[in-house]
Amino acid sequence: MEDSIVRETVVAAPVQRVWEVLTQADYVGRWFGADKAEIDLRPGGSFVMTWAEHGVGLARVERVEEPKLFSFRWALEPGVEPKPGEETLVEFTLAEKGDGTLLKVVESGFSTLDRPAEKQEWHRERNVDGWRQVLEAVATNFS
Amino acid sequence: MTTLADPGPVFAALADPTRRSVLTRLAADGAASATTLARELPVTRQAVVQHLAVLDAAGLTRAHRHGREVRHEVRPEALTGAARWMTTIARHWDDRLAAIAALAEEPEPS
Repeated sequence: MEDSIVRETVVAAPVQRVWEVLTQADYVGRWFGADKAEIDLRPGGSFVMTWAEHGVGLARVERVEEPKLFSFRWALEPGVEPKPGEETLVEFTLAEKGDGTLLKVVESGFSTLDRPAEKQEWHRERNVDGWRQVLEAVATNFS
Repeated sequence: MTTLADPGPVFAALADPTRRSVLTRLAADGAASATTLARELPVTRQAVVQHLAVLDAAGLTRAHRHGREVRHEVRPEALTGAARWMTTIARHWDDRLAAIAALAEEPEPS
């Protein structure tokens, strides 16, 4: 297990339709609950969400493989450019499921946040078991 | 975006397998000194001390004096906080996926 969150849902709409909602700026603003969203939909393109309440969320598009995969890196803090140590990776995958679409999202990279001195060590260890085993041990003994 | 505390230090501390071993050991068998931990784990006492310093800084453990030795114990709050943070993030994604589904399932404007 990694330092990631995985969620999925089945959408009663074709893959192409889900792709449009997922990647077109007008829709993105709506499902992100942002007042405005702008996306330059290509690898390296900028992705900006504006909330009147929270400020500006900055992300960078990572992969665009219509209509199967869309990913971006976003900064944890409002107004901060995504960069190693301050970003996580969000990856959406779409797959046909019956008449609908299986939509999955994975957000990963939490353990790379704010980790100046030991980044290289972390890169070597990306695949080791995550922190969940520790959580479980603690939950078992302290609950 | 979230207003919860940044869990970065907790996740970073837990990214190291030796530190996870130390923490798991402390969680399972209770407080222990660096010397005891070094005897039980395949690392030197000096390395254990360094790992405990990282765990302390992340709020995952704390040291207290017990007679002549310094023992280290788990502070479950930081882990609980990180777990709660993950749960919150997961809930945000559930909300967003539901919103995507609702938009995609709307009849196309004619």
